[in-house]
Amino acid sequence: MTMEPRTSVIEKRLKNIKRIIAVASGKGGVGKSLVASSLALHLAHKGHRVGLLDLDLYGPSSHIILGVANVSPTEKQGIIPPIIHGISFMSIVYFTEEKPSPFRGVDISNIILELLAITQWGTLDFLIIDMPPGIGDETLDVIRYMKTSEFLVVTTPSKVAMGAVGKLLKILIEMNKPLLGVIENMTMKDSLYIQEEVGKLRVRYLGNIRFDDNLEDAIGKTDCLIKTQAMKNLATILQKINL
Amino acid sequence: MHEWALAESVVLAAVEAAQKEKLKTITQITVQIGELQQIEKEIFLFALQELAKFQKPPIKNNAFLLKTEKSSLSCKTCGKSWKYSDMKKKFNETESESIHFIPEVVFVHARCPYCGSPDFEINKGRGVVLSSIKGVR
Repeated sequence: MTMEPRTSVIEKRLKNIKRIIAVASGKGGVGKSLVASSLALHLAHKGHRVGLLDLDLYGPSSHIILGVANVSPTEKQGIIPPIIHGISFMSIVYFTEEKPSPFRGVDISNIILELLAITQWGTLDFLIIDMPPGIGDETLDVIRYMKTSEFLVVTTPSKVAMGAVGKLLKILIEMNKPLLGVIENMTMKDSLYIQEEVGKLRVRYLGNIRFDDNLEDAIGKTDCLIKTQAMKNLATILQKINL
Repeated sequence: MHEWALAESVVLAAVEAAQKEKLKTITQITVQIGELQQIEKEIFLFALQELAKFQKPPIKNNAFLLKTEKSSLSCKTCGKSWKYSDMKKKFNETESESIHFIPEVVFVHARCPYCGSPDFEINKGRGVVLSSIKGVR
């Protein structure tokens, strides 16, 4: 007999976190990391105690958006994430040094288990998870080990993106996961396409973030990021779900 | 003291298993420690013993038996196998520390020593596993 001990401690590690919100999408490149980082910043600015966990293990990018550099977790009865711009921030990047990360599925699950077992978040109002695209190991592990997680789903106005996002929504509905709704990101022209597609699945369409020419220049500079039109659009959307 | 967090998971898992088996006392907990995780055994044992004091069912003094599992890694490209200890000297302190926290980052900081492929796997000796529990009903 052998037993995996790490699963037993995860509930304890998460017990002082009031809400866990996973920012997810069926498709890559739709702006999940930007929404997740901006959501974390938004909540921290409102005075909440916020954590951000980047679970995009192949291509972590929240640290780039938040301009995180030259920091590392503290070791104390586990690892304590450093607080950056008011956010307790945890990412695989502390251990990979921006090198390529060739992980297979079993390794992904092991990394997630390890991170969840050893990270000491303390007391948080919100833990935001920047999810990788799709419905693979990371999504299934979050559903399995972070049972209270709610999902905030991001898409672009593209039919291609919505095709994959629809599949994620269907599996989340099938697994009875709480869905906060869908955000349409990078909207360039007015269209009801995403709103209608989301409506067909009886999921709440929360609104759109218009394509923002100035956003790229604000990456890595949180003081600029919070002033962007995209961030203002996001704040309006978040009001609808009391965030 | 990252060892503390792992010790906590071992004690909680052992207690859960003992409760399921309706044990009144836990007399032995065997823990297998994978070579890759480079656990400080003394710290780990200290943490296990401290955490064991407050449990139900009670855990007997000196119940913990720690066994090191030697590692075995093998390349999916050339098929050759090796041990972590064979390659350890090539890691700097930061890389070694990172592997201690998350053993899978060995795939980030190392390549197959024979063909240089990044596509290899850990067959044995990854991390901490609870291998057996004994007790009295």
